[in-house]
Amino acid sequence: MVHARYATAMLYAAVAAGSVIGGTARWLVGEWMHHWAGAGFPWGTLFVNVTGSFLIGCYAALAGPDGRLLASPRQRQFVMTGICGGYTTFSVFSLETVLLIEAGRVAVAGTVIGVSVLLWLAAVWLGWTLATRINRLRR
Amino acid sequence: MQDVVHGFAWVALGSAFGGMARYWVSGMVGRRFGETFPWGTMVVNVSGAFVIGIVAALASSNLSWVSELPGWRLIVVGFLGCYTTVSSFSLQTLALARDGDLRRAAGNVALSLCLCLPAAALGLAAGATLVRVG
Repeated sequence: MVHARYATAMLYAAVAAGSVIGGTARWLVGEWMHHWAGAGFPWGTLFVNVTGSFLIGCYAALAGPDGRLLASPRQRQFVMTGICGGYTTFSVFSLETVLLIEAGRVAVAGTVIGVSVLLWLAAVWLGWTLATRINRLRR
Repeated sequence: MQDVVHGFAWVALGSAFGGMARYWVSGMVGRRFGETFPWGTMVVNVSGAFVIGIVAALASSNLSWVSELPGWRLIVVGFLGCYTTVSSFSLQTLALARDGDLRRAAGNVALSLCLCLPAAALGLAAGATLVRVG
């Protein structure tokens, strides 16, 4: 009982630690993108969501059943739920898109939705495929 | 430089709680409704989109503490940003597609968009009403 509680607490701690890394990285990317690309198009959110999807695809294949990375459940939660989960965001994507629509920039909003979904899914597939190749090397 | 350090602290604090809240909620929903469809991620993303709308409307009123930078970084960038996720959504959609369940994979994409975007709009409207009434 005590051990189960300890294990659960450590899983939450791993998620929190990973989220701090992912969340602050997303903030830094956002500030940087805002500085260089301006506020007309939500580049920062697109960038973190695409690279985060790539990262989780890679890690899931590398740490999966046939993967070459031996990861404990705690490490898995740290990287996937914490870092990747905290780094990417659906709420900010939704808010930015709806604000574009309310500002009358419906075509831009439509582009954001289409490009985002396409690139998220392409990125997670690419990450998964590349990592699967790496898993098959020199076994 | 001081702004970066302060900003970092607020974002980090919000992120830690946002990530744990997502882990708790998505786990609870997953255990209750099963793991054949990613309902847990759906619930956090839709609820997070609704709340971010409310907070954004409150922030634009310039009357509340979320319109100040620390409050915005703690609640929106940190907590709500980390509470919702695209990476799990992408991975779960890929997993459904890889299992050959293209219907569920497409359904996950369509339902997420059709629920999260209106949820954010609804949140903005609810927040605007709160500002008028309060």
